[in-house]
Amino acid sequence: MFDIDFWREIFQSINKNRTRSLLSGFTVTFAILLFTILFGLANGLSNTFAEAFVDDAANAVFIRSGATTKAYKGMQAGRRIQFRNEDYKYIKTDFDDNVEFITSRIYKNVAASFRNEKNNYSLRAVHPDHQYLEKTKVYKGRYINQRDMDIKTKVVVIGKLVKEDLFLKVDPLGKYINLSGIPYKVVGVFADDGGDDEERLLYMPLSTAQQVYGNNDYVDQINLTYKPELDFNQAIDFGLDLEKKLKERFLVAPNDQRAVRVFNMAMQNKGITQMTSVLGIIILIIGMGTLIAGIVGISNIMIFIVKERTKEIGIRKALGASPKSIVAIILIESIFITSIAGYFGLLLGVGILEWAGPSLKTYFITNPSVSTSLVISATLTLIGAGTLAGYLPAKKASKIKPIVALRDD
Amino acid sequence: MLEIKQLHKSYAIGDSSLHVLKGIDLSVAQGEMVAIMGSSGSGKSTLLNIIGMLDEADEGDYILDQVPIKNLTEKKAAIYRNKFLGFIFQSFNLINYKNALENVALPLYYQGLKRKERQEKARFHLQKVGLLDWETHLPSELSGGQKQRVAIARALASDPKLLLADEPTGALDTTTSYDIMAFLQQLNDEGKTILIVTHEEDIAAMCKRIVRLRDGVIMEDKKVTQVRAELHV
Repeated sequence: MFDIDFWREIFQSINKNRTRSLLSGFTVTFAILLFTILFGLANGLSNTFAEAFVDDAANAVFIRSGATTKAYKGMQAGRRIQFRNEDYKYIKTDFDDNVEFITSRIYKNVAASFRNEKNNYSLRAVHPDHQYLEKTKVYKGRYINQRDMDIKTKVVVIGKLVKEDLFLKVDPLGKYINLSGIPYKVVGVFADDGGDDEERLLYMPLSTAQQVYGNNDYVDQINLTYKPELDFNQAIDFGLDLEKKLKERFLVAPNDQRAVRVFNMAMQNKGITQMTSVLGIIILIIGMGTLIAGIVGISNIMIFIVKERTKEIGIRKALGASPKSIVAIILIESIFITSIAGYFGLLLGVGILEWAGPSLKTYFITNPSVSTSLVISATLTLIGAGTLAGYLPAKKASKIKPIVALRDD
Repeated sequence: MLEIKQLHKSYAIGDSSLHVLKGIDLSVAQGEMVAIMGSSGSGKSTLLNIIGMLDEADEGDYILDQVPIKNLTEKKAAIYRNKFLGFIFQSFNLINYKNALENVALPLYYQGLKRKERQEKARFHLQKVGLLDWETHLPSELSGGQKQRVAIARALASDPKLLLADEPTGALDTTTSYDIMAFLQQLNDEGKTILIVTHEEDIAAMCKRIVRLRDGVIMEDKKVTQVRAELHV
């Protein structure tokens, strides 16, 4: 029910007691402003970290091979280690418990042409799982699938920039692209957050490449992701175990750094994630601290306001105000001020973040922002706290005998 | 119109209790103007609080305009206060951020009257106390006597059965005090029942009846010949 007289009373009280209204409003505005800015900056810091790792899956493990540097078990140093399909199968089956996605990779450079357009590109021949490992975003058509692998279809998935280079305005899907003399059907176009280099690529089924380029079962590299449920220590152990087993498999000295190289993202991510979580805790503490400071501030002001209004309450009661209307008028006034002030603080904070955001990029703060729902819940918390802090003294004041309230001067 | 029988009231002070009112019998008829006198601690304020429904008696009956006042909830007390009683205070107790008209209109707000009606009635009463020209002035812009007049207009606004005045001239100089008393006498002449708590003999003498309290009992209750205040102004 909207009672215009009730609101008239409230607005008059707010308007005629400007110092009081501004004081309580300022506390809330300031608390929300600080909350917004601190949270925004902290979020910006996290964004910077997140952005550094968008290219590949955070739980990736890369396995590469090279030449041995040490003689071991009767084998000479300088022997080349070559991965084959059986190594892929070995990892896939023996480490099944820990492996989420796995793919082999063959690298080739190809001269590609379509009609009159020509260019040189890197080609990666891969398993279908590669898509998840590289976070490849196919926005047109499809990726390599198991059927391609099984029957060695001559298909390719091309990067966005390849499409722009060669196909110009033609829709590449279903068209044949010529790679060093052999036509391949384009089945998909992809984008990648990793940048231009990652979009100037072609993907081909591994089995096709093996048949076309050398008719062997060699692979250049094996990439995999460990299961996300592994924690960092488990993941690191898994990586070390994998490295050890592979070295045994290829008769490589355990301390040979070149022949079999396992690069585990968990190693790097551990530090970063630890830092991010510490950052998160710091953010939480700062946010809570700001909020508590705001709560204490608004509570103090509410107690002060009720104290200041004791006499007025006494007068109103003597004139026939019910206790309920006394409590209502005090609380609604404070809720009204707190809401407006909180909203103002939110606008101010978001405005400052927006304004200062771009220039903060150099300080590792990317796109500092806060979710509106977070700030609204912070404001609601303050309103709640103000209400609670105001309710108890208001309730008490509404029970004071008017004569006592009035004589008190 | 007001009937009090064997009224008792005690306050707990620590472990012991202080017996403030020890069996008060008082009956006030329509149109009377009664002064309640007594030194501090005599119980006169407690008696006024009970009559004003700001406090409840432990024992005894209180009947106001045929309505027994007993076991009131806060809400009911508020309604009765608004309907039956008009308060006048020593320190005026106007709301300092409301102008004269708004102050007078406040009890009407609690009666649930419409804004227009409230302002109309409030203007009528302001005019009655001779301050219609001051309606937009804040209390801080008024003299003591004017403030008390606004307070009286406010007390009259809800058209109460009984006016309760607690030391109404306590904060005023003699001339202004008599001026206010003259006005209260005029209201009484028009038929309002008025109860004044005071400790000033000259003010009491301007009423029609003086009730003297000492140590929680009525020492003396006598009708007096009213001294007309306007003769002294």
